[in-house]
Amino acid sequence: MAGDPTGTGGPERLDRRWLFLVMGLLVFFPLLFPIGLPIEPTRPSRQFAEAIAGLPDGARVLMSCDYDPSGKPELVPMTKTALRQLWRKHCTVIVTVLWPGGAGLVDQTIEETANELRARGVSLVDGTDYVNLGYKAGNEAVMVLMGQGIKNAFPEDQHRRATRTLPILHDVGNYSSFTMLVNISGGYPGTKEWVQQVNSRFHLPMVSGCTAVSAPEYFPYLQSGQLRGLLGGMAGAAEYERLEGESGPATRGMDAQSLAHVFIALCIVMGNVVYWGRRRRGGA
Amino acid sequence: MKRELPLLMTAVFGIIMIVGFFVPHEWASVPADYLQLCAVIVVAFGYVLGGANVFAVNLDAIVRKQRDWPYKLVLVSSMAVMLVFGLFVDRERFQDPATVSIWLYDHVYAPMNATMFALLAFFIASAAFRAFRIRTLEAGLLAAAALIVMLGRVPLGDVMVRGLVDHDGLPHAVRTLQISTLQQWIMDVPQNAAKRAVLIGAAMGIMATGLRVILGIERSYLGGGE
Repeated sequence: MAGDPTGTGGPERLDRRWLFLVMGLLVFFPLLFPIGLPIEPTRPSRQFAEAIAGLPDGARVLMSCDYDPSGKPELVPMTKTALRQLWRKHCTVIVTVLWPGGAGLVDQTIEETANELRARGVSLVDGTDYVNLGYKAGNEAVMVLMGQGIKNAFPEDQHRRATRTLPILHDVGNYSSFTMLVNISGGYPGTKEWVQQVNSRFHLPMVSGCTAVSAPEYFPYLQSGQLRGLLGGMAGAAEYERLEGESGPATRGMDAQSLAHVFIALCIVMGNVVYWGRRRRGGA
Repeated sequence: MKRELPLLMTAVFGIIMIVGFFVPHEWASVPADYLQLCAVIVVAFGYVLGGANVFAVNLDAIVRKQRDWPYKLVLVSSMAVMLVFGLFVDRERFQDPATVSIWLYDHVYAPMNATMFALLAFFIASAAFRAFRIRTLEAGLLAAAALIVMLGRVPLGDVMVRGLVDHDGLPHAVRTLQISTLQQWIMDVPQNAAKRAVLIGAAMGIMATGLRVILGIERSYLGGGE
């Protein structure tokens, strides 16, 4: 594994496959042998958990899961923890999907979580306690269309049942029928669009869980109060699991992510140490 | 007429949407709601058009044996397989876990999609070592903020910093320093200020462009040049 693809010497001389190997090992081993690093919840994660905890028992919640399998490690754990917290409060959850590749994954996630709770003796009936309305094309247009009527925007659910026949949607009109919007967002369309089209227009209180890369974009909405809470990436999901007394996949993944972050930080430092050393010697 | 009619329609529909947003009366909201419904239907047609376009462009490239044609062959055949199973074979058992289309989604699409995203970690590590050079003060500030946020977002960051600064000879403020707190401050204050400026600037730009389109000043969306 030697090579100098750029022919410039210095850090560029290092074959990048060595870096890939180290990164692979740093991610792989903590997943097999967890270190159990302490997780301290941050304020945005606390706000997310507190916003849901503050809902009245049995509240009706709209949950939009706008992601596809690329966001699975970050977003599925927080989706499951949010569903558990909502169902523990006997909330009825109506799920929508605005990403074409995500409908199947979201359906599996809901069913896995529901089955897990059913195994613990919780009574959850699809169509009565929760429903997955599935994917609808149109991005922001769908959000606004739902403001006219949920059943109008989604005539059928994910399993092709007519929504007008489902008990959970019996007295559901538009956004005014919901107490809160929980958005789990992988990018566009997602949290930004829900804030712009629904929160600011229909004044529906909203919390968001998103990928780490998109979290900085949503901090202004959190500070302005348009978002009641924010989970950023796997770290946010792990903090949320900790707050809910769980030890799920996000918590296990944080060991791997910790080592990966430290390795990338070391790469930046080492690359610059070599660069500045060469520069002092007049080689750069 | 070829240009005037689209311009007139854009202006009328644009004004209806703006009035519908600000005026809660049904005379304003009903036409706007109807246009939203039309938009959803048009988007659905867009998928059909997009799919047909992917087939047309890539089949042509395969027939002509253009550069990377084997990849295009994989794309076209994968798309054809999913379409055949989704539209014809598994149509009556939609979302049934025992269908081939769901198997393909679970065991081909989902892992490949996740793999593409996971590769980012490797390329970021490589780029961080080989390309992230601190040549200016601005680059130095960027690197410092990046290091603090990266380490502050993970539990190991606080453990490491505590190990470095928790010594008797150091002042109390330094000994109790938490990189996660510093990270949160960066996200809350400088990052938020910059992001808000970008958001407001972009919103202003969108409003200006929207007005130009409605008023017929901006016509590039019609295609074909002036």
